[in-house]
Amino acid sequence: MTGVTVAGVGLHPFGRFDGVSTTDMGVVAVRAALGEAGIGKGDFQAAFCGTAYGGVATGHKVLSRLGMTGMPIVDVEAGCASGGAALMLAAAAIRAGQYDTVLVFGTEKMPRGIIRSSFFEPWQEEAGLAATPAFFGLRAQRLCLTSGVTKEHLAQVVVKNRRHGASNPDAMYQKETTVEAVLGSRVVCDPLHLFMLCSPNEGAAALVLRRADLARSGVTLAAAVLRSHIPGSVLSESTPLAGLAADEVPAPTTLAATDAYEAAGLGPSDLHVVECQDTDAARELGSCEELGLCEPGGSAALLDSGATTLGGRLPVNPSGGLLSKGEPLGASALGQVVELVRQLRGECGPRQVEGARVALSHTVGRGANAGVVILTR
Amino acid sequence: MVRDGLFNDGDPPALLGTRCAACGSVHFPRADACTYCATEDPEPIELSRRGTLWAWTAVTAPPPGYKGEVPFGVGVVELPEGVRVITRLTESDPAALVEGQAMELRIVPLHRDEEGNDVVTYAFAPA
Repeated sequence: MTGVTVAGVGLHPFGRFDGVSTTDMGVVAVRAALGEAGIGKGDFQAAFCGTAYGGVATGHKVLSRLGMTGMPIVDVEAGCASGGAALMLAAAAIRAGQYDTVLVFGTEKMPRGIIRSSFFEPWQEEAGLAATPAFFGLRAQRLCLTSGVTKEHLAQVVVKNRRHGASNPDAMYQKETTVEAVLGSRVVCDPLHLFMLCSPNEGAAALVLRRADLARSGVTLAAAVLRSHIPGSVLSESTPLAGLAADEVPAPTTLAATDAYEAAGLGPSDLHVVECQDTDAARELGSCEELGLCEPGGSAALLDSGATTLGGRLPVNPSGGLLSKGEPLGASALGQVVELVRQLRGECGPRQVEGARVALSHTVGRGANAGVVILTR
Repeated sequence: MVRDGLFNDGDPPALLGTRCAACGSVHFPRADACTYCATEDPEPIELSRRGTLWAWTAVTAPPPGYKGEVPFGVGVVELPEGVRVITRLTESDPAALVEGQAMELRIVPLHRDEEGNDVVTYAFAPA
């Protein structure tokens, strides 16, 4: 089967940009990625655009602005994993021999405040059962009850990621914080305080994927997998109103990671750097367990060991994670991949993971959808 | 009632679920097909009124579309049918609750609609 290479990446910083449209941001990211790949009009045969709140034909609007239409342009929505879904479709098309070169991008301007999701029925909103942070809080509490995670651990995740993000010029928050400040911020949904939750925001990211035998050099896309949930887990991102009284239902993240490890012929012990879903501080710890970075229940010990901090054995979220960058749904997964491509190229300056050759990114969100990407150099 | 078909508000009240004839799984709300094995037409049942607390938190700021009071409790209650249900809780102080404590179904007011009627929903209270 044909290999897939990342020939170029581009980013519009993540943050809040009044007066800058979803299209404007997409144009910035796409231009940068095409520029790195050294290609232009007519040089890619399809485009996939991740977006959840962008509206009709978001991808078309970006490529129309650049004068590059005519090929199939497909918008892809898979919640927080939208960009991962776009990447999976693009990579699969290249592997199947359908296209040589495909543009993948994501662009998003999220509403301010608690995310209003069309996923919920009106009665759920009316009953107070559409409060996204409440589901995060319940999941965090279960992690505390089952994995020995404390509020201090949750605060430490934020401190770690904000320290990483302090040297990321594309992050929304580029200032370090402290355990005291995190625990001093208001409680949103116990045990989660405000600083433990990522900010929905705005941004764009883009990649050019190319058949490996046509690329001069680059980072290899070893796996790009998307899975949905198996029903049964009441606190799954599928956000059901009920589940089974059973704890062994595999998480969508675990399903996607298992498939990705198999496709890449690699395992968790081969990884050098990880970007994972840290929509809230507990989600990063849960993600570490579900991705197999530690034993089930071992995420607090993994954090305590310093392994996941820059300079440690397996840095997690060297970009600062969503806790520093914020989360523009359609762009966040591809933003992780852009970071990891730069890490594998050794371009990340103070936040560089030295010698990184194998990288994994992970997003999971409503649907449920979980995306796992493995990159190698 | 915030939505028909979720619960009956009689005395005593009950959540309305279904049970799959093929695999025995219990669903809430009522399902057209078993979410676990896809068998059609699961049997309508009333769920147990009492269960145990499995997870809990409180919502401190009004989420989108919500017109009632804050803070309010949200949690997961495990019922004897082998099902865990996401529910409002009558207790909004997380420190006042413990894992595994007995909980009982209640019907509680959410807010008053334009015609002056109380809109009610299901919740669990410490038993």
